[in-house]
Formats: sequence, structure tokens, C-alpha cells
Amino acid sequence: MNQRNPAISRGIDWSLIWIFFVLVIIGLLAIFGATYKEDDPILQSFINFKTDYSKQFYFFVISLILGLFILLTDSKFFSATANIWYALGIFMLLLVFPFHSNIKGTESIIKLGAFNFQPAEFCKICVALALAKYLSRADTDFTRTKSQLIAAAIAIFPAVLTIMQKETGLALVFCAFFLVMYREGLPSAVLVIGFATGSLVVATLLIEKTTLSLILTIIALLVAYLMRRQIKRRITVLVKIIFIWVISVSIILFAVPLVFKYVLKLYQVERIYSTIGREVPAEYTAAHKKELVSQVGKKKDTDYNVRQSKIAVGSGGFIGKGLLKGTQTRYGFVPEQRTDFIFDTIAEGFGFAGCFVLLCIYLLLLFRIVTISERQRSVFSRCYGYGVAAVFFFHIVINVAMAVGLAPVIGIPLPFISYGGTSLLTFTILLFILVRLDADRSMVLR
Amino acid sequence: MPVFNQSRSRIIRLIFLIAFFIIAARLFYLQIISSEFDRLAMNNAVFPKIIYPERGIIYDRKGKAILNNTRMYDLMVTPAEIKNLDTFAFCRLMEIDTAEFRFRIREASFKNSRVRPSVFQSILKPQMQARFEENSWKFPGFALVERPVRTYPYNAAAHILGYINEVDPEDVERSGNFYRQGDYIGKSGLEYTYEKVLMGQRGVQYMIKDNLNRLVGKYKEGILDTSAVAGRGVRTYLDIDLQQLAEKLMSNKVGAVVAIDPKTGGILAMTSGPDFNPNELTGPDKNKNYSRMVLDVAGPLLNRAINGRYPPGSTYKPVGALVALDEGVINPSSGIGCAGAYYGCNRPVRCTEKFGGHAANLRLAIAWSCNSFFSNTFRLTVDNPKYRNPRKGLTRWKEYMNAFDLGRRTGIDLPSENGGNVPDTVAYDKEYRGSWNSCTMVTIGIGQDKLLVTPLQMANSICIVANRGYYYTPHFVEKIDGETTEDTLLNRFRQKHEVLTHISDEAYDAVIGGMQDVVEHGTARIAQIPGINICAKTGTAENYTVVDHKRLKLPDNSMFVCFAPRENPRIAIAVVVENAGFGATWAGPIARILMEKYLNDTLQTKSKDDLERIGNSNLMPAYLKRVQYVEDSTRARRWFEKTNDSAYLKKYEQPDRRIVEKYPFEKNNLPLTKEKSESAAILRDDKQFRKPSFQPVS
Repeated sequence: MNQRNPAISRGIDWSLIWIFFVLVIIGLLAIFGATYKEDDPILQSFINFKTDYSKQFYFFVISLILGLFILLTDSKFFSATANIWYALGIFMLLLVFPFHSNIKGTESIIKLGAFNFQPAEFCKICVALALAKYLSRADTDFTRTKSQLIAAAIAIFPAVLTIMQKETGLALVFCAFFLVMYREGLPSAVLVIGFATGSLVVATLLIEKTTLSLILTIIALLVAYLMRRQIKRRITVLVKIIFIWVISVSIILFAVPLVFKYVLKLYQVERIYSTIGREVPAEYTAAHKKELVSQVGKKKDTDYNVRQSKIAVGSGGFIGKGLLKGTQTRYGFVPEQRTDFIFDTIAEGFGFAGCFVLLCIYLLLLFRIVTISERQRSVFSRCYGYGVAAVFFFHIVINVAMAVGLAPVIGIPLPFISYGGTSLLTFTILLFILVRLDADRSMVLR
Repeated sequence: MPVFNQSRSRIIRLIFLIAFFIIAARLFYLQIISSEFDRLAMNNAVFPKIIYPERGIIYDRKGKAILNNTRMYDLMVTPAEIKNLDTFAFCRLMEIDTAEFRFRIREASFKNSRVRPSVFQSILKPQMQARFEENSWKFPGFALVERPVRTYPYNAAAHILGYINEVDPEDVERSGNFYRQGDYIGKSGLEYTYEKVLMGQRGVQYMIKDNLNRLVGKYKEGILDTSAVAGRGVRTYLDIDLQQLAEKLMSNKVGAVVAIDPKTGGILAMTSGPDFNPNELTGPDKNKNYSRMVLDVAGPLLNRAINGRYPPGSTYKPVGALVALDEGVINPSSGIGCAGAYYGCNRPVRCTEKFGGHAANLRLAIAWSCNSFFSNTFRLTVDNPKYRNPRKGLTRWKEYMNAFDLGRRTGIDLPSENGGNVPDTVAYDKEYRGSWNSCTMVTIGIGQDKLLVTPLQMANSICIVANRGYYYTPHFVEKIDGETTEDTLLNRFRQKHEVLTHISDEAYDAVIGGMQDVVEHGTARIAQIPGINICAKTGTAENYTVVDHKRLKLPDNSMFVCFAPRENPRIAIAVVVENAGFGATWAGPIARILMEKYLNDTLQTKSKDDLERIGNSNLMPAYLKRVQYVEDSTRARRWFEKTNDSAYLKKYEQPDRRIVEKYPFEKNNLPLTKEKSESAAILRDDKQFRKPSFQPVS
């Protein structure tokens, strides 16, 4: 540890900083691999600020400066101003509606001179802070349902605004904060129910609806038969079984079709189905006639992205083709190469070994954050730490799962690696605030 | 401090672990277990670019390249790169209108995407190319791309050399998908026969392409690439000067000339009239020229030297005499009295000579081409007492004919050869229900009736006579550059066929002597060359055709066969000029000029005059105009019925009086029988060439 500058470095968890540096450097390499063209003058482009990797490098420098500022800030500042940040974040999200610029399909970006600013990204920090602030309040009793609902609302409100800006992917990130609430005492049942519902929806997509309902009915009857003794003793058990059965079947028969027909857009439906490798059923396409009409003439394979991404990952083999040698990633076969599908560059260039190492680094990061969170004396710091872990976890898992064809294509970046100034800054700020809070872990913040 | 939830941190870590494990398992499956993605990535990004080798060159006997390669240019366009184009100026330069321009650009963008170059115009005319090059800076998005094209430096030997064209689906299938769409393949002539030798070996360059199929570089620095091997040269026996001379002589005539070196079977010249400039089937106008030639009823694409079936007429007589001598039915001193016709059968066979003693012996009969003598000789051959049955006699005769390579394909190294026709007992049984005798077919003795031969067969049979019994299969190619034992193409041409060497020297002496007399004081005195003993035989064959459903007797075909010098034959020639009259008037001088050119390398003054006279004469049969008119108007009619487009039909609404009325029909036009039509040298639709597409040529 650096002992010469005790004022800043005291108590700082250097492992997080190192992981941060390693990831950003991997990211720079990956962006270089994805966007470098033969005969690009590398040095010159760094000075010119023209290529993506040089831009990312400058963002990296800016993030470092910002991180340094955060480390110099008093950790009380964050807990004290958490609600103000949240209000600011919501205000900016609302500002987007009148002032957004038109950039390919999204309405979530404000143009500030040369920079594109996306408040939804920034809002993640605000929610993490505000949620921590709310949960750490002395008069918050998180065992009460009301508090749980308020906490959920804090996370859901920006998500709703984000969906209204046509950024469904970013909005989903806010769901990650349930992990924080779970840590703070949200009943396990919520997690179980959430998981069960998720599985049911996936099953609905995979298996024919009536068949699935039939299977569930048989399971319900079987359970009722096995539990006949308990039922004899207490009739509520039977009522519970019937209740669960009714809910499940209605999800299958009504909720899922309803969502697919009227809530989701056609392209989203297509992406979901392309993940599981199926054609979109006719009844869903029929419900999206209007969009279908506007699609005519620009017909493109909906699963093109996923297929190309899978090819890129799959052709990497065990040790990969080497940096700049991947044909898939170098010659534009994978769309959104430098941002959402940056993982492909690593997978194709460095193969399974490279991916495994990268995943290990990420896992190390997450575990380290959890460890750090757990050692906090202050609830605020702990909750914030879990918030950071949750956001990182969600980004990493969804992004990589999307690249390997396990999740539908949702445009969210891979932390510290994807190209993009806003996302790099956001993740840096998230991480460095945690480092700062951790440095003062013995202090109790409210 | 709520400690009770501490255990949940472990569950959260477990969730992290499970999620990462699932992803790692998926990665393991995609990257290590499944192997298809590697292949898919290769398919995506690696493009095997075929490198076409230079096609082999064909040389004549003196080493002159008679079929060579040259470069022409395709104009390519990349629609996405067109910026600030002065469309009007560009169209004026390319001689198209703006609508056509827009259509082509749209077509290119649609077929091949906007970012890749597509052909805007294939094979630019030289002057257009020059104009474009001067102004190319004005037209961004357009570029010239080199393209090898075949060229015929001497503008000669179109039928022999053949041409190449893009492969048809059938070619692709026949080659087992060796050829691909867009490849070129030899379609006729030597280009076809020696395709394997001439095409060389294709190379492959593995290129990396991007998501828009643009080539961006070499795959793995080209370590997998194979280079192309140029096609090998082919050396022929052809004498290109002689060939050009023959083509000049046959211009504006229907017929054929074949000149063979009897000692090797190598063909020195072969021409078929009417012919065409082979360069017309390369270059920018090749499709236009091709359809014009396909629709021409004179059949310029038809190689009559191997495809024309002609009654040999009197040129058959030396062969007939040899057969009779070998069979022992006559001897060199046999003779008959002839007073202008042969009366041995019901209908007299006319003879052109009347003076007494012109058929007193074999030599005289050949020299004066006595029809009576050879009618008699043929009857004697068929009614040979040795066999006691005309069937056996005829069968035996046919065996001789086949030995002379008549009535079957010679096996020349050109595609789609015709075998001619030598009738056998089956043919006559069918026609005369089994009741026939030697009188039925007596005119075979003078080379008429059902006997049909190709000019190549005529020349080849004369080679056999000149060689006194042996021959080599007539062929063009002497050797292939870099020949190895694997090149079996030429083996059959190097085999000596000693088919008739058993015929006695006296017989050959008598016949060859007769042929020499023909030139010295017989019917072909016109063919004399001072200092060279020439042996020859003239021929004049009757022939018929059908015009407007009527049988029409055409002027006789003028035929001539010869070889020289007598002592050591170096050249044998067969000439057929359709509808030109007596053999001695046209065919004879043509043969003499060619012999003189080949043997002396210079022409005497008389021959130079003849060359001028013959070269400038137009002997195209008059009936062809009428046939062409009927064909064209019928086609225009059908086109009108199909499309309601009367543009072509209008031309024929007012009949051209000159063509319709002026044509001289003979009075006693007999109804045409199928057999008779065969004996007429009718123009045939050749399978070698594709059927004309139904589209009138404007």
C-alpha cells in the first residue's frame, strides 16, 4: 500500500482498483481489436481522438480523474446528498422527454455539445445511493410491507421512465436492485416466486400452451394426492394448491399472450423467440400487423445478430484465433461489435481460455464487492455495496448471456469493457464511491 | 445492526456462482464441444477466389500463333461510390440513354449490392475504352477491369479453331460441377476437343471478405493459395497462309476445301464456305454476330468440310476402280465401247464424252471420266461371280468403302463430324422390298444414288490412294507443348492404318496413272502445274433441294480431288463448290492454286489471275435468298402471333417482288421423296450449334 500519501490512500481497498485497471485495459484491447482497420496509424489516431479505442482511452483518463475526485470526497457527502442525487437523476430523466435528440431508435439521450449524455445510465448511481439511504434510515423497518413497497418504488420509478424512452434494456437493470432488498430482508418467497414465474414464462415459450397447462394440472393433482393427509387436517393447503394452480395456468394462457401481443414490440418478441431458436407464432405476429407492415421491404433476419455472435464465440475454440485475427469480429459480421457485443471479440480472439479468465476476474470483482459490503458497519455503505454488486452482476450476466445466445438481445454494456463514455463513467463512479465508503468503513453513516 | 440476514450474503454469492457457471458451461459447449461454428465462420469470411489461367495458344505448322489471348476491358460500377456524376456526359460517352443508365445501376445495386463492383458493360469497344480512360476522373464509382479474351490474329480458320463461351448448365453438370457458372469453356472446334489441354489449371486464392462481401485481404497471408498454371500450347499441321488462301478462294461460295498431308494425316487447310471472321465471336458484338449467323440460312456456322454430305460424283471413280481391280472383276486393260451413254440397264446412264475409244482401258476411262465404264464396273463388282449373289457383292463393296473410311466418321479432332452415307442391302431392301439388282443402284458407280461423303472423307480416301493403301486418321494437332504419357488425346492419330495395302501395285499404278492422265490430257488439264506430276479426278454431281415445297434441281456441284506430287505425295486435296457446274471450272483451279502455294510457295501468273477471278466471284446459290425470305417472314409472323409486336412483320407485308417472282422454278418439278431429299446436299441444322433463340434480328 502506498504509505506516502496517507490522506487519500488510507483504508482504500486496492484489490478493487487493480481489478478496475485490468478490466479497463482488457476493454481497450477488445475495442482496439474490434475497430482497428489495417493501416490505421495507431499513434496518430490516439492524438487525433478519431478512433474508438483512442476515444475510450480518453474516457478512461477522464474516469480516473473523476475517481480521484471521489476518493478525495468525504464519505459523508454521499449519504448526505443521496436523496438530492436521486431527485436530480429523476429530473434529468424527465428532461429527456422534451430535449432528447434523435439517435437511432432511442429517445433517451440528451446531446451536450459533442457528448451524448444518457440520464438513464447515470440514474443507476442515484438509485443505488437513494435505496441505500432509504434502507439505512433509523425509522425504516424493512420487515414491513409498506417499507418494502417504497423501496421497490424507488427502483421501479426510473425504470418506468426509461421504458417510456424506449430503452427497455436499461430499464431492466433497475430490477437488479431487488438483490439489495433481498439482502436487507425481503422475504425469500419473493425470490422464489420471481424465479418460478420466470421459469413458467420460459416454459410457456418452449412448450405448447395447452400441453403445458395439462402438465401443470397433473402436477397439481399429484401434489394434492401426496399431501392428502395434510389436506385432511387443514383444508387451506388444498386452497393454496388450487390458488397456485389457477395463477400458473392463467399466466400461461392469458398473461404471457397478453404481454406478447400488446405490451412488447414485435422486434422484442422476435428477439425473445430467436434466443430460444423458434419462429414467432402466427398469433403474435398477427397482433403486430402495423409493425409488420412497416417492416415490409427491409426484411432482415431477426436472429442475424444472435447467429453471428454465436458463430463468433463458437469459432474461438479453446485458445482463440488471437487478437486482430478473428474473421467474424474484424470484418463486421457481428453488429454492435464494440458496444453490446464486445464479448465476441474476446471470445473469438482468445477462445474459451480467455473467456474463462475474464469471467473469473468478474466473479472476483463481484465476490470482493460482497465481501466489502459485508464488512461495513454502516447500513448505508452495505446497501450501496450490494447495489453496486447487483448492477454489475446484472450487466455482466445479461450481456454475456446475450452474446452466447442464452438471453434475448438487450442493448446493455459489459462493465468497463464495452465502448461508450457514459457507461464507463457510470461504472467508475459506482465503483469508486464504494471504494471511498469502504475506506471509512469504521464510520457509521446514516 | 441487523445481523440476522448475514446468511443471505452466501445465497447471493451462490446465485453469482450459478449464473457464471451456466455461462461458462454454455461457452464450453459453443467453443469446445460444437465444431460447426468454425466452419460457419469460414463460410462467412473466407472466399475462395478462382484464379483463371491463361488459355493455351494454338500454333500453325510454322510456329505462328493462330489463336492467342488478348486483353479487353469490362466497365465495372460500384453504385455506392457514384458521386456528383455528370450522368448526361457519361451516357453520351457510353452511347446509351439515361433511362438505360438508371436501369443498369438499379440492376447492379439489386443483384450485387451497392457497395460491391458489378459489371456495367462487359467488353468495351476499344474506342469507348479509350474515351473512358481519358475521362475516368470525371466518373467516380466506375472502373475498368481487365479480362482475357481470345483473339485470332489471322482472322482465319474459324471453323477449325472454334470459340469459347460461358458454360451452360449442361456443361456444368457434365463436368461434375468442375466448371462454375460464368466460367468459359471451348464450345466448338479445337477449343472444344483440346479443352483440357488449353484451359490449364485453375488456382485458388483464399480471400477474406467482410459482412458486405467485399474482399478485404488475403486469408492467412495466402499460405493455402495455389497458383494458376497456364494452358499448354497446341502445335497444329495447319498452314495458316494456305488456310487464308483457301478461305479467300471459297469466299462467297457454298462448299468446302480440305487439304491433307497424306504422309501424316495432318490437315494443312480446311475451309467451309460461307464462313466468318472468328473474331466476330469474341469482343463486344459477339452475341449480336452470333444470332445473325444462326439465322443465316446459308449456315456460316456450319463446317461443311466435316458436316456437308455430298454425292461424290466422278471423284468416286478411282476408289471404285481400285475395288473392282482388287476384286478381280476388271483388270487395267479392261475397256468398253461407249457412245455417250450406258445402256446396260433400263434407263441409260449418260456419259459426257462420245468419241470412240475414250474407255478403251482403265487409264483412259479414268482420264475421260467415262460414266459407261464405271457403271459397268460397279455392276461387275456387285454381280461378282465369286459371290453368286448381288447381296454379298454389295456387302463386300460396303466393306471396301468402310476401309476407305467412307460411310463412317473418320474420327478427326473436331466435334460433331458427320459420317456420310454408304448404303447397304438393308437400305435397298427397305426401299425396293427386297427386289433389287445391280441395275437399281448402278449410278453408285459414278458417285450418285445413295452414296454420300463429306469433303474430309473425300480427301482422306485420296490420301489412301496416294499412299497406296495406308492412312493416318486426319487430324490437326501434331503435338502438345510439354506432352507427357498422360496426354492420350493424340495417340489415335499416330496409329498407321494399313487398310488396303494388300491391293496390288499394278492396280494402284493403273488408277494413279489414270489420275495423272486426267491432268495431263483428260478433264482436268486446268490443274497442271509445270514440273509437278499431279494426279486428280474431277467430279460433277447432280443435286436437288426443296424450295416452297417443290423439288428443285440445282446446278451441279463442282468437285475436285487430287494429290501431288505423284512420286512422293505431300498434299491431297478435296474441293466441293456447291451449284457451280463442272468440276474443272471452279473446283479444279482452286485445288491447283492451293497445291502450287503449298508445294512451290509461289503462284504462277496464271494462278494469280485465277485467284483474283475466283476470289471475287459470287457463286452463292440463288435459291438461298428465297429460303431466307421464307424463314425470316415466318419467324416474324410467329413473333407477331406471340407478342403482337408487328415491327418485324411490317417488312414482309409488301412482298419483295424481285425475290418472289424472279426465282426460276423448273417446270417438271417432281414430288419429293424422302430418300431423294437425302441425296441432295441440303443445309442441315447442326446440333453442334444451339438452336437459334426465337428472336428476329433487326
